[in-house]
Amino acid sequence: MMPMLNILIADDEAPARSRLRDLLTDIGDLHIAGEAKNGKEAILLADQLQPDIILLDIRMPEMNGIEAAQHLQKLTKAPAVIFTTAFDNYAIQAFDMNAVDYLLKPIRQERLQTALQKARALLPQQLSGLQSLSPQRTHLNITERGRILLVPITDIIYLRAELKYVTVRTAEREYLIEESLTHLEQEFGNIFMRLHRNCLAANAYIIGFEKRSQDEDGEKQWVALLKHVPETITVSRRQQHLIRMA
Amino acid sequence: MKNTGRLPNVRNLGIALRMLIIANAALILIAYTLSINFADFLQRVAAISTFAQPMLLASLLTLYGVYPLLIKLNYRQGIISVFALIMFCNAAIYNLFSKIWIFDDLPTLSRVLFCSFAICALTLYYFNLRQRAYSPAVAEARLQALQARIRPHFLFNSINAVLSLIRSQPKQAEAALEDMADLFRVLMADNRELVPLAQEIALCRQYLALEKLRLNERLNIQWQIDNMPPDAMIPPLILQPLLENAVYHGIEPLADGGTINIQIYSKLNEIHLVLTNPYRTQNNHQHGNKMALNNIKERLTLHFDLEASLKSKQEKGIYEVHINLPQQKQKS
Repeated sequence: MMPMLNILIADDEAPARSRLRDLLTDIGDLHIAGEAKNGKEAILLADQLQPDIILLDIRMPEMNGIEAAQHLQKLTKAPAVIFTTAFDNYAIQAFDMNAVDYLLKPIRQERLQTALQKARALLPQQLSGLQSLSPQRTHLNITERGRILLVPITDIIYLRAELKYVTVRTAEREYLIEESLTHLEQEFGNIFMRLHRNCLAANAYIIGFEKRSQDEDGEKQWVALLKHVPETITVSRRQQHLIRMA
Repeated sequence: MKNTGRLPNVRNLGIALRMLIIANAALILIAYTLSINFADFLQRVAAISTFAQPMLLASLLTLYGVYPLLIKLNYRQGIISVFALIMFCNAAIYNLFSKIWIFDDLPTLSRVLFCSFAICALTLYYFNLRQRAYSPAVAEARLQALQARIRPHFLFNSINAVLSLIRSQPKQAEAALEDMADLFRVLMADNRELVPLAQEIALCRQYLALEKLRLNERLNIQWQIDNMPPDAMIPPLILQPLLENAVYHGIEPLADGGTINIQIYSKLNEIHLVLTNPYRTQNNHQHGNKMALNNIKERLTLHFDLEASLKSKQEKGIYEVHINLPQQKQKS
């Protein structure tokens, strides 16, 4: 006998979740693993419950479905994703172009059944095809000891490139991620400022600039002072024009 | 009411002001053409003004007085009456002036009448052109565009919500479908006539009941409408699209929801509608919002010209729309 399908529902509206629950119960022979109210919850629950399939609403607070799907793909056991939406022209165009499964609300039972049968995990090229729908992530995902951590972009004070990794600094602690600083700069150019070849600092956390002598020969250099953290960031000579603009 | 709107409404402050500006601009132009230097120009402006301003004001006042009669005529009769009234007014005032005129350079009656005829024609032509720019066909197209604008997102999500209720709470599902029927009846109606404020509020409450079904405790509404004149007449669908925007851009992106505050009061014969909602600066999908605001602005202009206004601002995470429009009672 086939193992029962394990399904996770993610939708911010209670009636939409209860409707899906009704439909799934009618279909039978499957198990509803859990329900999430936003994209962030969906990822944390998926990490915990390891569903086979996730029914993912697109328009949700905290984190939308498209971004959630991108993070979900990084899980060790990535669930198959079926998007659900009431109406979203852009998204539907992108889904059709990239052959991504989606269901239009109100959802019919037969459509849901077919979708469940052919559901499979999203391929990387499908995800990159959807990237234009959610050009900027709201969270970075960090894998630590087999767990997924989601760090809101707005909590990040600076990003520093170190050898193979990038250090992500928040007020509480540091994390390591495997992404390139250049790529991060492209995606979040409006939030971070490149102060040095190896460092991006969040505009919102820069309190001011100060000239300090740091090296032995007493040459003075500009450094940026940051909110919540004691360390400062040296501003490279090339980037000093930014200080005048700030 | 064949010419509703084609003859300028002299009882509208904005329009009356524009008439004065056009006439005065013409007078200044005449003075400038006749003058030989600047001092002469000023003198001529003053000389013309002494008799032209009273004529202008008397004409406007007369038109103001007979306006209710004028709009009962068709456009051609209306235009002829306007010319006749103005000629008569100006001739009467000319007569008065010629008796008490201290200077001896009063222009001849025929010249004065010709000038006032020209200025009157110019003004009527301007308003006729302007009226065509806002012609009913254009207005209707815009109204239709507005009707199509109700978010499909809202329609399908609401149907979905009702479907989820049918098995467990059939009574609530019934009420929701009734609200939907009423809402769509208004949205699909011919929305050119003004409606009482109370009617728009009732519609908004039905709309919000539907949204509440989906969003439940995430959506909080605060009405401050104790000082509202319920019988004041406003264009339909002024408030509902604003609420829809507030829900879509303000409440839905918040996981814990928020409060929409609606304040309506009348002050100095004007009605003020103030709507505020929380706003996340992060999401930059403002396109739909701009469209709805422009649409409402245009309809306010169509109905009230310069007497109505719509302003919006965002400050400290709060988005505010403030509309004011003249208070009009229902015509008996």
